[in-house]
Amino acid sequence: MTGPLVLDCRGMRCPLPVIELAKRIGDVPVQGLVRVIADDPAAATDVPAWCRMRGHEYAGPGEAVGDAPSYLVRRTR
Amino acid sequence: MWLAAVDEGWADPARLYGAARRARMLLDNAREVIASLLGAQPSEVSFTASGTQAVHQGVLGTARARRRAGRQIVASAVEHSAVLHAAAHSAGDDAGSPAAPRLVGVDRTGRVDPAEFAAAVDADTALACLQSANHEVGTVQPVDDVSEHCRDRGVPVFVDAAQTVGRQPVPRGWSVLAASAHKWGGPPGVGVLAVRRGTRWRSALPEDEREDGRVPGFGNLPGILAAASALHARAGEAEQLAARHRALVDRIRAEIPARVPDVEVVGDPDRRLPHLVTFSCLYVNGEALVGELDRAGFAVSSGSSCTASTLRPSHVLEAMGVLTHGNVRVSLSRDVTSADVDRFLDVVPQVVSRLRAEAGI
Repeated sequence: MTGPLVLDCRGMRCPLPVIELAKRIGDVPVQGLVRVIADDPAAATDVPAWCRMRGHEYAGPGEAVGDAPSYLVRRTR
Repeated sequence: MWLAAVDEGWADPARLYGAARRARMLLDNAREVIASLLGAQPSEVSFTASGTQAVHQGVLGTARARRRAGRQIVASAVEHSAVLHAAAHSAGDDAGSPAAPRLVGVDRTGRVDPAEFAAAVDADTALACLQSANHEVGTVQPVDDVSEHCRDRGVPVFVDAAQTVGRQPVPRGWSVLAASAHKWGGPPGVGVLAVRRGTRWRSALPEDEREDGRVPGFGNLPGILAAASALHARAGEAEQLAARHRALVDRIRAEIPARVPDVEVVGDPDRRLPHLVTFSCLYVNGEALVGELDRAGFAVSSGSSCTASTLRPSHVLEAMGVLTHGNVRVSLSRDVTSADVDRFLDVVPQVVSRLRAEAGI
C-alpha cells in the first residue's frame, strides 16, 4: 500500500485547488487517498463541499505543512 | 417624494419657529408610520444615519446597559458583519481590542437551531443577536423561538431586520431592532433603531438630546420622510410582490441545477426571503462569473473570496459548509420580469461552461 497522492496547491487561490483535485482524483484507484495541501482559506470549506457534490468521501484534515493545512479525500467511485 | 420632502422638511425639528414645528410634525408622522409597520410604539423608534449605525447603536447601547450581567454576546455565525464587528467591539477590553462573540452555528441551509442557540445563552450573557433573515442566502431565522428562551433568562435580543422590513412581517420577539431604509426602496442615509419599552439601553456615544438620546445630531429629515413614504408603499404591495418574486426564485432554484452541472443552490428552499437566490458553481472563479454576468447586463453579488478585499470567503457560506467559490447571489428588483429571468437562465449556463472550459474542466 503506497501513501496518498499528494497535491501541493500552496499559493493557489480558489477555485484552483479544487480544480486540481478534480483533474487528479482519477489518478488514484477507488478507495485511494488524495492529500491536498492548500493555504487558501477557502479550501477548508470547498474541499469537503466538492466531496459532497461529487460523491467522494472527505476523510478529514491531514498533517499541515508549515502553515498550510492539508485535506484528505478518498475516491469512492 | 424626495423633492417634496426637501421642500417641506428642511427645518430643524428641535427648534420652535413655524417651519421647525412643521418639520417636527412631519418627523412625528414618519415615526408613527414606520413604528406601526414594525409593530412598535412611536416612542420606541429612532432614526439613524444608516442601517449600520442602527446596528452599532443597538448592539453597543444594549450591551452597555447590561454590563453588570456580563460582557459576553451570543450571535448566530451568519449575522451581518456589522453585527459581528459591533459585538466584538462591545465585548472587547477598554483598550479597544475586540473579543469574539460566542457564535452559534447553523445547519447546511444557514438556519440556527433554537435549542442550540438557547443553550449558548446563560445568565452572564449581555445580549443575544439573531437576524430576521440571512442577507446572503435568504434563510429566515427562528427569531421568535429564540427570543422566548432569551426572555426566560432575562437576556435582551437584538434583531437585525434589515432583510425583512417591508417584505415580510417583522418577528415579534425583538428587544432591540435595526433596519435600513434603502433595503425597502427608501433613500440611502436612513436607518431605524427601535428599542422596546422596558429594555435597558444606554448610549455608547456622548450625550445628545436628539432622537430621545439614542442618536446624536440633526437627522436627515427629508430622507426620513421619503423612507416612511417608501415603506408605506412597499408594505402595501409586499404580499403581491413576494408572491411574484417567490415564483421567479423557485424557477431559478429549479432551473439552474437542471441546466448547469455541478451547481449547488444554497439556503432554505421554503423558509426564505422571497427575492433572494444564491448558488455556487464548481470550478468557477466568482470574480470572473460576476464580471461576465455584469457584461451580460446582470448586476449580481458574490460571497467568493476572490471578490472580497480580504481574500477570505464569505463567513456565511463557511458557516453553512457550502461551496464558497463560483458563488452568485441574485437579488430580484421590484420591476424584474419573467423575461429577465428567462434571459438569465439562458446566459448562466453559457458563461459557466465557457469559464470551466478556460480552466481546463
